[in-house]
Amino acid sequence: MNGLLPFEWIAASRFLREGRMQTAAIVAGIGIGVGVIIFMSAALAGQMRNITQRVLSSQAHIVLVPPQEVARPLRGGEEAAEAALVQKPFQRVRSIDQWQTVIKQVAAMPAVVAVSPMAAGAVLAVRGEATRSVSIQGVDAEQYFRIVPLPEKVVAGTARLGADDIVVGADLATDLGVRVGDKLRLAAASGAGPTLTVTGIVDLGSKVVNQRMTFCALHTAQALLGLIGGVSSIDITVRDIYAAEDVAQRISALTGVEADSWIRTNSQLYLAINAQRIANTTIRFFVGLAIAFGIAAVLIVSVVQKSKEIGILRAMGASRGQILRVFLLEGAVLGLIGSLFGSALGAAAIILWGVLLKNPDGTPLFPLDLDPKLFVASAVLATLSGLVAAYLPALRGARVDPVVAIRG
Amino acid sequence: MADAVVVLEGVRKSYNVGTPVETEVLHGIDLALGRSEFCALMGPSGSGKSTLLNIIGLLDRPTSGQLTIDGHVASGLRDRDLTRLRGHTIGFVFQYHHLLPAFTALENVMMPMLVESGRPDAGMRARADELLASVGLTQWRENLATNMSGGQQQRVAVARALAMQPAVLLADEPTGNLDTASAQAVFDLMKRVNAEQGTTILIVTHNRALADQCGRIVEIVDGRITSDRRLEEKARLDAHQEARRGEG
Repeated sequence: MNGLLPFEWIAASRFLREGRMQTAAIVAGIGIGVGVIIFMSAALAGQMRNITQRVLSSQAHIVLVPPQEVARPLRGGEEAAEAALVQKPFQRVRSIDQWQTVIKQVAAMPAVVAVSPMAAGAVLAVRGEATRSVSIQGVDAEQYFRIVPLPEKVVAGTARLGADDIVVGADLATDLGVRVGDKLRLAAASGAGPTLTVTGIVDLGSKVVNQRMTFCALHTAQALLGLIGGVSSIDITVRDIYAAEDVAQRISALTGVEADSWIRTNSQLYLAINAQRIANTTIRFFVGLAIAFGIAAVLIVSVVQKSKEIGILRAMGASRGQILRVFLLEGAVLGLIGSLFGSALGAAAIILWGVLLKNPDGTPLFPLDLDPKLFVASAVLATLSGLVAAYLPALRGARVDPVVAIRG
Repeated sequence: MADAVVVLEGVRKSYNVGTPVETEVLHGIDLALGRSEFCALMGPSGSGKSTLLNIIGLLDRPTSGQLTIDGHVASGLRDRDLTRLRGHTIGFVFQYHHLLPAFTALENVMMPMLVESGRPDAGMRARADELLASVGLTQWRENLATNMSGGQQQRVAVARALAMQPAVLLADEPTGNLDTASAQAVFDLMKRVNAEQGTTILIVTHNRALADQCGRIVEIVDGRITSDRRLEEKARLDAHQEARRGEG
């Protein structure tokens, strides 16, 4: 009997040890449940990070564009008839008004990580007889690479963007038959255009994108698109990707520029991720509930089995409060030990996942983290649910009538 | 009685109160037990002995009447105060010893002190050791309660009942489950406690030979005291020797 421990601890630990089989079975049950919760949480986090990383590594979190142009019919006074149908105007490639100021304002926001101006538009890429309609993105390499890490996506050459350089998508390079070092002429709608040198070929992860996308220096694109000194959009990366829509609305309110977040432009993806998150949370909640009921069931049986002992303790002067605390402690200890066991199980499953399931190139299917916070949280939650689950059985134990218990 | 430790005045106990099957099992018991008194409570099964013992032991509440234990009026006390009073003034020995099976003999004896103070300490251990020595079970101190004979378990139960130096020791057929020799040994132990420590003892028994060795025999039939007599020293000694001869 340890002199440092109070009566309740001593009694709870002895009762648990006495019912070894029961204790082992419920600890195993809690452990498996907690293991499942830990593994599912890690899988969800890993999967979401994986999907968003793949999607968001080749696009900005928020894109600022000039406000849409709208037609404003003139009002002709009382005599004039008003048009019933107002045709929407054609959207020209226009610059964002005062874009340098907007960039400064946005860069000063704590939620924003990187800002990069872009002059983008559609042009024709011409090489000999071959012509392709492409999207040209004129960017400031240093700033843009903080948003889309183009150098990481290079499959040939380098992502150098000098005045006469161009980086093209892999499928476009194949279609046009260009290699690094070859020349490519770009033609704007007016027909005029520069001839650039292909310095790099990139794989952006999607065939459609790889067939259309080209990158060049900002001022080269500005000249080509007739946007001298202007930019058609501003790309932004934010700290918390799920707050992107919120940040976009704040930017819009601050600058008067239209701000589109990835959440709005990829709404289907966002909805899918969210649905998965909800499904996962629901499953975890019900596994947790099953654990709590398991603990409660074991403790109810234990109270019935121990009612004679409870009666004796009460006859010796143990208060209802002391008996209540003994069983609450049993619940909490079961939860804690079970969660430690479950943490080991969960960690083993996460490690096995990394070892067994791999992409064809040998990298893990998607990486799962052994996040210490997850383990601490599950231990705390399991202990608390043990405590809550033990409450009714403990109350029942505290209400045992010593006369009935001893006689029985 | 001037120096009474247990006083019952008009104690009644009914079960199923307020229902058509209301049954009164104790019909106005008046009883006083003095300090150092060794009293046997006898009566046929169902006469209300155990109910009376539970009421005196503060495990059960009387339906009406007043109960005073060691100067404290128990009637009307809240559950918590009743528990505390019980812990301090009453020691129980039950027929089936009721030791806690998950604990050793020593720990069982320490348990009432542990329940009272909340944490074990060296003083408690020493007192429990002393009590186990006095019942002759020092060498069994580390044995789990379940690994002992019935007589040994009952002696541990007596040692446990004495842990808090209670004013009153209540025993419900403590020897009912033991062979004659073990029964006499347990009974002798209680007599010694009574003589050396002045503990008031009330023992429920069916065993006439043991009852005759007590200083007083109260008989109860159908919830009423039918006889209450004190035995002379000589008669008790004779009964004791008779019992010894019977054992031999």
